Amino acid sequence: MALKTVTDATFADEVLLSDKPVLVDYWAVWCGPCRMIAPILEEIDKTHGDKLTIAKLNVDENPRVASDYGIVSIPTLNVFQGGKVVKQIIGAKPKAALLKDLAEFL
Amino acid sequence: MSEVRDLIIVGSGPSGYTAAIYAARAALMPLVFEGAVTAGGALMNTTEVENFPGFPQGIMGPDLMDNLRSQAERFGAELLTDDVTRMDLTGEVKVVWDGDGAEHRAHAVVLAMGSGYRELGLPDEKRLSGHGVSWCATCDGFFFRGQDIAVVGGGDSAVEEALFLTKFAETVTMVHRRSELRASRIMAERALSNPKIRFAWDSQVTAIHGQDKVSSVTLSDVHTGATRELAVTGLFIAIGHDPRSELLRGQVDLDEAGYVVVAGRGTQVLAGGSPLPGVFAAGDLVDHTYRQAITAAGTGCAAALDAERFLAAREHALVTTA
Repeated sequence: MALKTVTDATFADEVLLSDKPVLVDYWAVWCGPCRMIAPILEEIDKTHGDKLTIAKLNVDENPRVASDYGIVSIPTLNVFQGGKVVKQIIGAKPKAALLKDLAEFL
Repeated sequence: MSEVRDLIIVGSGPSGYTAAIYAARAALMPLVFEGAVTAGGALMNTTEVENFPGFPQGIMGPDLMDNLRSQAERFGAELLTDDVTRMDLTGEVKVVWDGDGAEHRAHAVVLAMGSGYRELGLPDEKRLSGHGVSWCATCDGFFFRGQDIAVVGGGDSAVEEALFLTKFAETVTMVHRRSELRASRIMAERALSNPKIRFAWDSQVTAIHGQDKVSSVTLSDVHTGATRELAVTGLFIAIGHDPRSELLRGQVDLDEAGYVVVAGRGTQVLAGGSPLPGVFAAGDLVDHTYRQAITAAGTGCAAALDAERFLAAREHALVTTA
């Protein structure tokens, strides 16, 4: 199943006001490493989607959120809880390493 | 114990995927460890590949890798987006462990782990990585629109990064240890004639500054030691690659720079100066001379053919002794 998508317009409602923690994947089509982690995030969503929402944000189409959060490197994964960034993971990582980094949310 | 399959290919990129295409077409049903982070290899971080034969209009690096990947899959290669964490290549049955600690066994292995980018080795490099320090211009250049940035290095990949970054940045300063570029002439000329690119010759970066993100770097003159500050918000590092051969240390022969040593111009891996049966290597893991997508694909093909021949001979020996 395709991952949820958030935009500049929906970011506040769907990420900042979410009851569940939300992992936002800042990505772009021209980013090779972003393509590599996409299937891993889909797998994590399949197994852990009930505890952690995973959402993709295209930085090309949504420059405001990317710039508000000072994103200068992608892929960047920010976990939001209660409207705040509580975890940041920069760069592509293997699934096992991602699961370890995200363990507190899963 | 897991079943013993014919062939495991460790690594992807042009060499791993080409080996997978040939081996899969030969009905060896290879298992391919693509590497979770490095799947697709070095070309995943590039933009347009202009010199891969057969694509007169050029092709995007990641698209080329997607094509090779699906071609391998079409013939029955089993692809795993996982890293190998340990290998035992010394026995008759080769054993490979994945990221979850599961064991995979095969009669033959093709090593195609490629190379990884080299770091400057500065104290603040890791801390500011992802906050202005980058190894991937195509990923991160976008975020430096209208800013002043620097590229470290003087080879083809450094020039390629600098040229790409001029699309976004106000100025790109190339910091290079020598007084001229090492890049090929066509690439060097493009850089030298680009109005946005400046050059800090005979210089190296000796410090990176910035609280939450890069604000400047210190450049030192390699001859006089004189230092100066360069205000940049981005530092792109393109100073070369090292072969990813750490897992092989002690099991196969490596040269001084860590490249896997093969017999002659082939793909047969040596251990203690003698052929290590069933172990073949290809691509940037072996090649420190050409390092092209097409040469990596070529040796990947050769490694698969060598593995196929080895497996056929092994099968034949089993039949005749039975």
